Amino acid sequence: MPDFLINALLAAFAIAAVAGPLGSFVVWQRLAYFGDTLAHGALLGVALGLFASINVTLAIVLCCMALAGLLFLLQQKPSLGDDALLGLLSHSALAAGLVSVSLMGSSVDLFAYLFGDLLTTSRNDAYLIIAVCASVLALIAVFWRKLLLMVIDADLAKVEGIPVHLMRILLLMAIAIVVAFAMRVVGVLLITAMLIVPAAASRRLTSAPETMAIGAALIGASAVAIGMWASFWYNTPAGPSIVLAASGLFLLTLLKRRQ
Amino acid sequence: MPASPSPLIQLKDINLSFNDNVVLQSINLNLNKGEIVTVIGPNGAGKSSLVSIVVGLQAPTSGAIERQPKLRIGYMPQKITIDPQLPLTTQRFLSLCGKASALKAAVQRLDIECLLQTPVQKLSGGEMQRVLLARALMNKPELLVLDEPAQGVDVAGQAELYHLLGQLRNELGCSVLMVSHDLHIVMAQTDQVLCLNKHVCCHGEPESVSQHPEYLQLFGKQAAEDIAIYTHNHDHQHDIHGDVVEAGQHSCQHDHSTHKH
Repeated sequence: MPDFLINALLAAFAIAAVAGPLGSFVVWQRLAYFGDTLAHGALLGVALGLFASINVTLAIVLCCMALAGLLFLLQQKPSLGDDALLGLLSHSALAAGLVSVSLMGSSVDLFAYLFGDLLTTSRNDAYLIIAVCASVLALIAVFWRKLLLMVIDADLAKVEGIPVHLMRILLLMAIAIVVAFAMRVVGVLLITAMLIVPAAASRRLTSAPETMAIGAALIGASAVAIGMWASFWYNTPAGPSIVLAASGLFLLTLLKRRQ
Repeated sequence: MPASPSPLIQLKDINLSFNDNVVLQSINLNLNKGEIVTVIGPNGAGKSSLVSIVVGLQAPTSGAIERQPKLRIGYMPQKITIDPQLPLTTQRFLSLCGKASALKAAVQRLDIECLLQTPVQKLSGGEMQRVLLARALMNKPELLVLDEPAQGVDVAGQAELYHLLGQLRNELGCSVLMVSHDLHIVMAQTDQVLCLNKHVCCHGEPESVSQHPEYLQLFGKQAAEDIAIYTHNHDHQHDIHGDVVEAGQHSCQHDHSTHKH
């Protein structure tokens, strides 16, 4: 197998593994729009990184985390926390990102950021992505019970002494970090699909939160395998092929009758 | 209010307002060990806000709350909505918040074994209340706080629930603070009644509150007369679905097939 393919597979499997459990939380907490906003804002990070001539990946991560923090603060005021606001922020961020990247000159490959550029992943990139994904997975595993109690009912969890605000920030920051790194794999426009499609498919097959999270990771990994195979043989773009494979798997789960 | 050396919770001159909208006005309340206190009042009286302040979900605009250190509070909210996308059985829901032994004891006490494999989202109103109560009991609470526990349950089911709360108070020695719309059903079980309409209208034992002019003004004379009727009509027990049962026996074998989801 060629080296570039191994690197791409390593990176994509790592993202799929963490996108499963994290995507489950995105589905449970109805954060899909939030993920979209972060992803679109990530493009602004690219422009900022180039402008300040710092590492672009670092700039994207910082930009996503700053956006996540901002959204957390906005959601503390319930009147502002609706999907119209997220939609406004999301698309403004995307537009601002597109404009500022184009102002940087023609050296930026916009297409790579919008739809992913998996096949150019270097071995070091792959190792970095694996390390980041493993850390986020470990965090989710350590705080699993507390996160789950928060998902079930935030008020009840708070009375029982769960630091609900902290858990929420942890979850949002984890999403921000994964979005920033998943950008490389599937691109800005398709990241949310990578989070929610495997989770939605897994929901139809499972009856416990843990199995749903693990199932989502496995479905995501299968989508990566199928998508990469298709991309290799039919020369289709890797990111969209992976997302399409995940959607195909979701359609398959519809065949199962719901009890 | 009977003087007690150390109340579990003491509210001192609590005020709560959102913008210029006054919700609660100079509330003083002592919750003593082993006491059942019921808060009644019309819609919008600030009952739920008061409960939120007691359990610490809401900070008052002014005033002081003194809780006994490390006070264990079991909280039963008015209702909870769990996202249907979260696959969660009642068993798993309960096991998240305590040890297996505590789960077993609470499940037996509330007679909900038959609900354990049901997804929590499919529980009926009355079933969910039992499950939430079981959850609140698992941590051996010193104070049980219930926000309108009888909402969505018929009158007989309410009486059963309040009877159960009275028993639990005796078994666990815990205090109970609850919110209710209707004094006449809780009357037989409660020690203290706090009649709330933004401020404390009147406060005391149920019989005295029911004769209080401010209470009569709030709820009308008819409500006060209903109490007298009801207190003499308490010679049998109902289960949560309203069927009459022998004392000490609960029925969990109702017909699930009639539930439509």
